[in-house]
Amino acid sequence: MTQAATIPPGALSPPGGPRRTLAQAFGWAVFALVLLWAWKGADMRPLDLWKDSGNMKVFLAEFFPPDFREWKSYLREMIVTVHIAVWGTVLAIVCAVPCGLLSSSNIVPWWVYQPVRRVMDACRAINEMVFAMLFIVAVGLGPFAGVLALWIHTTGTLAKLFSEAVEAIDPRPVEGVRATGSSAIEEIVYGVIPQVMPLWISYSLYRFESNVRSASVVGMVGAGGIGVILYEVIRGFEYAQTCAVMLIIITFVSSIDLISARVRKLFI
Amino acid sequence: MSTGSSLSVRGLSKSFGAPQLALSSVDLDIRPGEMVALIGASGSGKSTLLRHISGFVAADAGSGEVKVGERTMQSGGRIARDIRHLRTEVGFVFQQFNLVGRLSVMTNVLAGLLTRVPAWRSLVMRFTREEKAEAWRALKSVGIENLAWQRASTLSGGQQQRVAIARALVQRARIILADEPIASLDPESARNVMEILARINREQGITVLVSLHQVQFARRYCVRTVALRLGEVVYDGPSEALDAKLLRNLYGAAVEEMLDGTETIDAVMNDPVVAEGLRPAAASA
Repeated sequence: MTQAATIPPGALSPPGGPRRTLAQAFGWAVFALVLLWAWKGADMRPLDLWKDSGNMKVFLAEFFPPDFREWKSYLREMIVTVHIAVWGTVLAIVCAVPCGLLSSSNIVPWWVYQPVRRVMDACRAINEMVFAMLFIVAVGLGPFAGVLALWIHTTGTLAKLFSEAVEAIDPRPVEGVRATGSSAIEEIVYGVIPQVMPLWISYSLYRFESNVRSASVVGMVGAGGIGVILYEVIRGFEYAQTCAVMLIIITFVSSIDLISARVRKLFI
Repeated sequence: MSTGSSLSVRGLSKSFGAPQLALSSVDLDIRPGEMVALIGASGSGKSTLLRHISGFVAADAGSGEVKVGERTMQSGGRIARDIRHLRTEVGFVFQQFNLVGRLSVMTNVLAGLLTRVPAWRSLVMRFTREEKAEAWRALKSVGIENLAWQRASTLSGGQQQRVAIARALVQRARIILADEPIASLDPESARNVMEILARINREQGITVLVSLHQVQFARRYCVRTVALRLGEVVYDGPSEALDAKLLRNLYGAAVEEMLDGTETIDAVMNDPVVAEGLRPAAASA
């Protein structure tokens, strides 16, 4: 108590403590300006939503009731879509394991992980659709082009996620394995992989889910699966059929989400 | 019966970039089969020295040499090229056990014999019946074979440390470096782990160099003690000569940390066996 009394008032707040600075105000001003600028660029016309609501109603009405007459072919192509996602994801996981390890700063020196990371960035930066269009030129129309597109893009994504998990490991068990005289690869197999396995599985399942979504889109440029049908019915103004196709995609994607959530729980 | 390795450290210095040396021209010789305690307050360089011996860290350029048996682990600040292979002979027991928590106790112990397993089998974690039997025997010798198939993370600290010792045994290490192996354990487990290290030393002739925070354990379990202060060897001699007076001379005020009356110390001191062991030291005071 006596000690507290001797401390001069205000001494308890650290020097240079919180001050609502000019810099903060400036930051908010910049943010507001960016929003305004983007409003113009993005051609935002919210009033049109209300003005053209009559059109919208007519348009929406055409979607219902959904037309399931062709359901057999929808289902067949939806399953092909899942097949594309399965292979695209599995190939990506196989490649992402070494690529992920090679882009982890605690596993390899900078002159290895920096270039590998840049390559992975490139794989990730370009959308599956773009890759799909390129691969269609290379391997022709059909699901295989879709698989290749998903493979490249997902490898980039998973490698980054995998390496982030590796960089967050506890180094002590690895050192424990090192102390036994093991090789560098054994160190990874016994010390690193067991630690990152739950996260890696979880990331892989998540990517599989999102690849089912992506696979239904890559079809729109001709890379096989339900996307091809979706593109045709939209271009043909067959909105009732479009609705049926969308319902099938929603059903599949949600059930795969549910199943993989279950599977994920098993591993964590 | 394997025989232990000798250890020789010559003029080892390490600065870690700071002006204060972490190790200052350390010389140390240990004969095969000795059990030596390495004591010192925190920051005195115990861990640093052990990590240099195992070749985890390189000494300052041009300084020193570490030899285990006939093999040079590092010299002149350069770690041996085949250090991974050389480490097979040197078991290391860590303060935090350093087991892989998600693997079974058995697999953790089997990790000790990776150097003797062909790569194609070790990488898929396949081990022969004989290899598993050897790991089992090691676990049995530290008294936890009944936990072999549990995940390592489910074990208590004392049990985990025993797994780590079993790993060093399966490794067929001829010298065991133990870096504060009991600092994270309760008094009972601490005593148990020290007993096991002493028994391995006695029965299998494996050389043991164990760093300890508290002097009482050194006096109880090791004939010889090496004391470090600020990276220098300030004492190397019989453990029983290390009484409070000598320690105070060596460490000044920092000695309280090494003699403090924590429950760990009390439990050991109150143990009749330990009290017996301490008597000569007390008499010479």
